[in-house]
Amino acid sequence: MREILPQELFTQAVPQAAYLILSAILFTIGIAAFLFRRNIITVFMAIELMLNAVNLSFVTFSNQFGKVDGQIFSFFVMVVAAAEAAVGLAIILMVFRNKATLQIDDIDSLKN
Amino acid sequence: MDLILFLTFAIIAVVCALSMALQRHPVASALSLIGVMVSLAVLYVLLGAEFIAAAQLVVYSGAIMVLFIFVIMLLNAGAEKMTHKAGLAEFLGIPLLLLFLAFSTWVITNATPAGKMIKFGNFTGGGPREVGWELFTRYVLPFEVTSILILIAIAGAVRLANRELD
Repeated sequence: MREILPQELFTQAVPQAAYLILSAILFTIGIAAFLFRRNIITVFMAIELMLNAVNLSFVTFSNQFGKVDGQIFSFFVMVVAAAEAAVGLAIILMVFRNKATLQIDDIDSLKN
Repeated sequence: MDLILFLTFAIIAVVCALSMALQRHPVASALSLIGVMVSLAVLYVLLGAEFIAAAQLVVYSGAIMVLFIFVIMLLNAGAEKMTHKAGLAEFLGIPLLLLFLAFSTWVITNATPAGKMIKFGNFTGGGPREVGWELFTRYVLPFEVTSILILIAIAGAVRLANRELD
């Protein structure tokens, strides 16, 4: 392994911007899934992906400043995500019970 | 070794996220999202946040995703039908998202100092001891408020799941 790969890969540290750009990429993919998917559960999962992306940048900034506060924030984001998942999935269950569909195009009672 | 681990798990995370966005079946999307969360947990360990990494594995990929898969199984959700009702988002969505990504990348590369490197082991303040100390001293009021939030969420979920919509 060490003979094939260039030596810099083993010794170099990771630039901080790389973590933040990864977070931006994941957030963008989350927005894309949120916009283009038509299944209510998948749209909900896209929100979770966006929350995860934001958590990554919180933890990165916590590392940058050498303080633990960013990690506390991402801990609170996790707690809020858990509460949101419980309520959201209960709402999805109720919508399915009444409309018998998961397609968001068919759930338009509030439109017009 | 840092760079190899970062590149491996960053690529796994991006591929799993793309797979989550492109799969037709909700169960496949949920499994891809678990892949994203597990690789993010590895990145948290690299960033020196051991407690958050463990919480990510236990709370996110353990509890929340099991809840998702449970609901998918309960509703027997099949593959989704693609409709073309997105309107403006269908044409403008992808270019605007790429613009957003390019803009945020530009802001990030300009705002972070160029020589700023993250090395495993430089920051060791992320264990359960340090996080717990901050959580129960400086952040004790937000912590108690989140417990009330969880209580309200439980009550709301039970109430919603028991009631028929008129």
